[in-house]
Amino acid sequence: MGNTSSMLTQYDIEEVQQHCNNAFSQQEIVSLYERFCQLDRNGGGFVSGEEFLSVPEFAVNPLSQRLLRMLDGLNFKEFVAFLSAFSPRATVQQKIEFIFKVYDSDGNGKVTFNDMLDVLHDLTGQFISEQQSEVDLILEMPLFTDCKQVLTKVLEEAGYNKESLLVMSDFVKILGSSGLKMEVEVPVD
Amino acid sequence: MSSGKGGELIPSSSELDLDRPNIEDYLPSGSSIQEPLGKLRLCDLLDISPTLTEAAGAIVDDSFTRCFKSNPPEPWNWNVYLFPLWCCGVVIRYLILFPVRVIVLTVGWIIFLSCFIPVHLLLKGHDKLQKNMERALVELICSFFVASWTGVINYHGPRPSMRPKQVFVANHTSMIDFIILEQMSSFAVIMQKHPGWVGLLQSTILESVGCIWFNRTEAKDRETVTKKLREHSQGVDNNPLLIFPEGTCVNNQYSVMFKKGAFELGCTICPIAIKYNKIFVDAFWNSRKQSFTMHLLQLMTSWAVVCDVWYLEPQNLRPDETPIEFAERVRDIISVRAGLKKVPWDGYLKYSRPSPKHRERKQQSFAESVLRRLEEN
Repeated sequence: MGNTSSMLTQYDIEEVQQHCNNAFSQQEIVSLYERFCQLDRNGGGFVSGEEFLSVPEFAVNPLSQRLLRMLDGLNFKEFVAFLSAFSPRATVQQKIEFIFKVYDSDGNGKVTFNDMLDVLHDLTGQFISEQQSEVDLILEMPLFTDCKQVLTKVLEEAGYNKESLLVMSDFVKILGSSGLKMEVEVPVD
Repeated sequence: MSSGKGGELIPSSSELDLDRPNIEDYLPSGSSIQEPLGKLRLCDLLDISPTLTEAAGAIVDDSFTRCFKSNPPEPWNWNVYLFPLWCCGVVIRYLILFPVRVIVLTVGWIIFLSCFIPVHLLLKGHDKLQKNMERALVELICSFFVASWTGVINYHGPRPSMRPKQVFVANHTSMIDFIILEQMSSFAVIMQKHPGWVGLLQSTILESVGCIWFNRTEAKDRETVTKKLREHSQGVDNNPLLIFPEGTCVNNQYSVMFKKGAFELGCTICPIAIKYNKIFVDAFWNSRKQSFTMHLLQLMTSWAVVCDVWYLEPQNLRPDETPIEFAERVRDIISVRAGLKKVPWDGYLKYSRPSPKHRERKQQSFAESVLRRLEEN
């Protein structure tokens, strides 16, 4: 694969296809290459964080910073492998693995309470605050306004606790039964 | 969830805002979380797939980048018979047409300058006469420009009548939009100040038709410019204003959000739709990829610039409408006429990041649904 040339050979395409376990068809890989070149404006062979953030739809996504950590500096082959979890041909296992990787920011194969808390914070911003829980004056019930409390409660109901370290198999158990919809269509001209 | 209702304060001009109606109407469905279905469980919290899908969707294809993609015409010279034909075409275009056009343009400039300079210097006292002559001369040089690309322009609709309190708006594909429109009737235009020879032209000749300059990068600029716009539009003797509310060049297949500045002046808005025929040349000026000089040279070495210009029915602000809604309505009229797809993004996102408001809105709706489901026991 040339550094800046916009020409993909058949050999290149097959190599990429193998690397992503046939998640994409050859036509889709060509389209993805066009897209990669379009994003990689300075022609460095990889798309920088800045270049990803210049896509407004990506920049407004709450998980963009987390994903940027995984995306920064990827070359085209790795870029396609990254996106392979979103292919309709990917298995549920692969999708759950991707989600696990998003949570497991230090890559040690274990997701801690803090990892999950961080993601929850990304998704809710300041709208679930860090303050102590208040009491709902009308219902006279404790109002959960704290991310930690929400997460702890939900974890305990599922049979875990704050100290639990979740591994891949836990994620499969938790997410495997719900119909996981995580697909993206690659536009093919 | 309109952001432009009556009493809302205009945010500080230092923030490049996306004043726009509900963006969720345009984005693909699959918002952060679906309608609550009973109690909140661990899998609901851990399942970040909708958000991830949105992010991946944006990586793979997004409507904003599509607006600024140059779409060169399909190469058709790919076989033994057509290729020599194409080569002949190249020879004719570069070695015959191009020199002829350069000559035409040079002649035009000579005529223009030899009339304009004396008029400008000698008729200083006679304002009305000077203005009329300069306007006619600018129209002349624009016609020469159009001829230098072999411009075939079909004007549809009634020619705009020159009345005060009237502002013209059009979709923007390239700076030649201005030249094409100026050829027919004299407009005053609001433009970004450019460097180089274009800037020189702007400060000398275009002054005579009455132009307003702005600087995209200066935040406070917006207020001064709005004031100037208002003053100009009220003036009886001024050329009618031509404004490109998109604020940037778009590739003639999409239209980005219209800025509301033109629509809050209290004037009648006359929409103009411009559509270029791509078979002859892609007239989109991709300012990221080429300078204006290169763009002009590209036009001058093509067969022709063919386009349609529609002067559409003048519109007024309706009593129950905000300026933003008015802008959207006019954008709709222009987009339908010119066959453009509408996109909910602000053109200025080419130069800056979206405001955190949008991410916050998503976060807020997710947070609310989590809290709501928690309370369902």
